[in-house]
Amino acid sequence: MATPPEGLSRRAWLATASGAVAAGLVKTQFDAVKLDAATLPASQETVVDPTEVPGRIVSEVGQRAPGERPVRLVRSTEISSSSRTPLQDLDGILTPSDLHFERHHAGIPDIVAEEHELLVHGMVDHPTVFRMADLKRYPAVSRICFIECSGNGGAGYGDTDIPTEITPQALDGLLSTSEWVGVPLSTLLREVGVREGASWLLAEGRDAAMLARSVPLEKALDDALLVYAQNGEAIRPEQGYPVRLLLPGWEGNAQVKWLRRLEITDRPTMTREETSRYTDPLSDGTARQFSFTMDAKSLITFPAYPYALPDRGWWEIRGQAWTGRGRITGVDVSTDGGRSWAPARIQGPVLSKCPVRFRHLWEWDGRETVILSRATDETGYVQPTTRELLAARGERTSYHWNNIRGWKVAADGSVTFGLGELL
Amino acid sequence: MRRAARGAWVGALVLLVAGCGPGEAEPEATTASSGGAPYLDDVAARPTHPLPEGAPTRFAFGRSAGEERIAAWDVDVRPDGAGLPEGSGSVAEGAEVWAASCAACHGATGTEGPFNPLVGGSWPADGFPEGRTVGSYWPYATTLYDYIRRAMPQEQPGTLAPDETYAVIAWILNRNGIVADDAVLDATTLPEVVMPARDRFVRDDRTGGTTLR
Repeated sequence: MATPPEGLSRRAWLATASGAVAAGLVKTQFDAVKLDAATLPASQETVVDPTEVPGRIVSEVGQRAPGERPVRLVRSTEISSSSRTPLQDLDGILTPSDLHFERHHAGIPDIVAEEHELLVHGMVDHPTVFRMADLKRYPAVSRICFIECSGNGGAGYGDTDIPTEITPQALDGLLSTSEWVGVPLSTLLREVGVREGASWLLAEGRDAAMLARSVPLEKALDDALLVYAQNGEAIRPEQGYPVRLLLPGWEGNAQVKWLRRLEITDRPTMTREETSRYTDPLSDGTARQFSFTMDAKSLITFPAYPYALPDRGWWEIRGQAWTGRGRITGVDVSTDGGRSWAPARIQGPVLSKCPVRFRHLWEWDGRETVILSRATDETGYVQPTTRELLAARGERTSYHWNNIRGWKVAADGSVTFGLGELL
Repeated sequence: MRRAARGAWVGALVLLVAGCGPGEAEPEATTASSGGAPYLDDVAARPTHPLPEGAPTRFAFGRSAGEERIAAWDVDVRPDGAGLPEGSGSVAEGAEVWAASCAACHGATGTEGPFNPLVGGSWPADGFPEGRTVGSYWPYATTLYDYIRRAMPQEQPGTLAPDETYAVIAWILNRNGIVADDAVLDATTLPEVVMPARDRFVRDDRTGGTTLR
């Protein structure tokens, strides 16, 4: 076994978050989360032998182990802001609810569920006001799926000014996955009796932005849900308590939180968030509108900045792959900068519009290289290279950045973001 | 019969979405199947999450929403002017509203920010927009009314009166060179404003599969 690179002891790496700090790898503002880990109590070094003292008694609400402190990455104190999920600190596919990414346009409203009402009206036979108790009385379904902001991953797009010291969280942390429970929107629309000629609906939130998006009725009648539970408990305030619109596989902004009104219409309303925002300028002078679906994407979450490989030898490359168009059918991994690719192992269950965890066993020879992942979905769509996406949309397009991501592993074991020669 | 009805409805939807392309008129109402909403019965058998066996035709949970309730909550404004309230405002009046309620965030002239400049910018015919301002990027003037009523001013959203809202929209459009200095906007004239970016938006043509767009 090789000697750990200077300054990178195995123990330091195994300490994960604090190890990255100890190794001096944390340098950017993106990694405030890692710097925070440096404040871990020194008592971690002097734990009592737990076999020699009685343990703690039961409690009403559990807590994470003191040494485990995954946190969202918060960059702004504006009321229109976002926080990102610590992808590099998670395993499996589910996101703990308190680590689900946030994107609010006017802060998080305080809502009392018992007095919350949802108005459904417009081109319907029976305009109706539903309270939460009404919604919960309908036959419910649960579904595990991701929500991704369409603005996720912009830092990794383009051919200039690509950061190298960026974590999976800072790059693509506007992605989270939960088990959601609620009533199918098709059930409610059947209740109110959608009238002939209807083709869209307007969904409106009860936040200070009264955020509103137009949604095609076809999606509403297909797999849309009004969800009130997340990972086994009431949906979190940050995720739309007490009820949000869930549109599996579609961009997060359209999945209106704190839902208070649905108006059935025969045309889109053309709100600010579907015209001046969340539209995708293209190089031909047009802008793509109502670009709802999130295309296939994958991201290696280990090894990735700021962690380092302390020695050569066997490692498992791990990551997530997801698509808004159905199921992921395969993920290829390259450990030689894209010259050759091998199929990764896909961890089941493989669910529609839900991420899979992929794994690839790799024997690192200690030389500098670039590792990459490439997802394929059931439509035959293959995650594009940066060059391909640049050719299709131009360098200054916005939203829906799903180009292939890579990490450069240096000879000293440090890992930085970058595609190497592939870009 | 139901199958045919559903086909007609889906076809109508496709036409509707296609209608968002450049040079097209604003999306028009489309006709679905004939008579009631029989396609919904069909769709109810199709969705990813169908009702359980034996479910009644209607549960009728919740309570009927009266016209008063709907009127109080129905705040959206559409490109055809639907939803616009009575009232009016001029460019000159708008300058005062802007200074009092908007300039602190968007800048005295609307160009300097610090947040979201709304004036200026450009969108070359064959390139990318600069600034994505109201003048360069917003396709519908009515969206200003819809958005201001929902969300602005940020610290007191929804507090501008209709006259103030029409006025400040007139000022913003005037500073972008879209309406004249003596323009007065109301529920009739606001929807008639044609924005420079009106025909620049295209439908989403991504479909998955092997064609990258």
